[in-house]
Amino acid sequence: MREPFIQFKNVYKSFGENHVLNGADLSIYKGEITTIIGKSGGGKSVLLKHIIGLIEQDSGNILFDGQPLSNMKKAEKKALKRKCSYMFQGTALFDSLTIYENIALPLKETTRLSDSEINRRVKDKMDQLDLNDIDEKYPSQLSGGMKKRVALARALVTDPETVLFDEPTTGLDPIRKKSVHEMISNYQLKFGFTGVVVSHDIPDIFHISQRVAMLNDGRILFEGSPDKLAQSSDPAVKEFIQGLYTGNDNGCIQTDKKN
Amino acid sequence: MVLAAIRFVIMSQLSVLLNPITALGRWIIFIVQEMGRIAIFFFKSFYLMFSRPFQIKKILQQIHFIGSKSVFVICLTGAFTGMVLGLQGYHTLVKFGSSGFLGAVVALSLIRELGPVLAAIMVTGRAGSAIAAEVGIMRISEEIDALDTMDINPLRFLVSPKLAAALISMPLLTALFDVVGIIGGYISGSLLLGISGGIYFSRIETSVEMADVTGGFIKSIVFAAVIVTICCFQGYYTHTRREGFGAKGVSLSTTSAVVISCVIILITDYVLTSLLL
Repeated sequence: MREPFIQFKNVYKSFGENHVLNGADLSIYKGEITTIIGKSGGGKSVLLKHIIGLIEQDSGNILFDGQPLSNMKKAEKKALKRKCSYMFQGTALFDSLTIYENIALPLKETTRLSDSEINRRVKDKMDQLDLNDIDEKYPSQLSGGMKKRVALARALVTDPETVLFDEPTTGLDPIRKKSVHEMISNYQLKFGFTGVVVSHDIPDIFHISQRVAMLNDGRILFEGSPDKLAQSSDPAVKEFIQGLYTGNDNGCIQTDKKN
Repeated sequence: MVLAAIRFVIMSQLSVLLNPITALGRWIIFIVQEMGRIAIFFFKSFYLMFSRPFQIKKILQQIHFIGSKSVFVICLTGAFTGMVLGLQGYHTLVKFGSSGFLGAVVALSLIRELGPVLAAIMVTGRAGSAIAAEVGIMRISEEIDALDTMDINPLRFLVSPKLAAALISMPLLTALFDVVGIIGGYISGSLLLGISGGIYFSRIETSVEMADVTGGFIKSIVFAAVIVTICCFQGYYTHTRREGFGAKGVSLSTTSAVVISCVIILITDYVLTSLLL
């Protein structure tokens, strides 16, 4: 039996009186894309931020290759973080830096690559994401969709082993959405990274996902392949999926920004 | 920090009335915790200033922002402070027939106290507020989280260059304030009120000792650390404020940063003066 690469075991997290995760159990396997779906405001981004250590759980365990994150030494956590990349829902681009500087930042600050090599890698990613001729522009001069692609380029420029995508296609037109999905899929096939995607783009996202997990009321209600999700007899899962297809779920339509 | 403490007291005023000893204990714990957090924030940022590779470009950019761009306001306030000192000093000293000591009064007041303190307060208003707002906005727009996910230490990336720049700029700005202030005193005391320029400057030469200058520079270095630490700290923890989030949180952080920095500068000035005298 396969061992999960990242595993949530009975994870609880509350912000004051707001109980976001209530015993979440989740398994993410190496070299696969796992999509997390669920209602807006249901804690999907919080779950994702636990993986990269931006938020710490109140109780429960998060394991990487069977080793609890909480027991890891500082150097081990640092090494793990270097292999991960995170694409933020709100892009989190640096307003005072140009697009080129934004994408090059992780390479400049965390590697000893030469300027020419950094330039080559950045230009390469910009070409692939159709971000030409905006090197000297600032994030405030770009459209929302373009900012998303810049954030994606920044997340992928270090060729990470694990990439966490927080709603990577929200705000993009259907053509761009498709190209971003294709790019995630192609990169995953090429480099074999482990991807965790928070998305509302159902059913499109299922085409690139090997596994789907549905978060409901702070717990993982469903975990399995997209086909199994479609066949699920769980009323809550069915209601959610049907709600998404018809676009009348309680705040869960595809364009929702809040997770 | 003091204002934060006052805010904390006001918020828990009801419990003060009901149980004053518990409230006092809670207040003391809060103050000690805040002081500890600020001290750790400072020492980490200071330590990271020396980590390789050195951030020379960023430090120079910050010297330009904190130092160069403050030159005009420092000259302006320095000149008028010196002129007022010359004016007030003359009218006081002339009553005792010792108006010749005006140069010494102006220079010693500026070099020992007013130069470091007023320069620090001006830098707080001009650069400190901007630093708090910049860091606060970076916090609420998740830019600091993004640094963390990229394994870039936010303190090293954001705070250390500002701290280094302030530690370099503040003594120079203070020296500029002193020089311009002394010239301001000369304009009002000598050119406008008729004291001999030779007496004015010779009194400065005979009364000002190296210890006065060194003391002023020590103060300016301490104030630089206070300004950057408090202002960055307020911005960095904008998201933890209970009174307001988002833009409101940033505005509150900026206000707190300026007010707390000014209060701490004045308190530190007294402590340092008593130690240096």
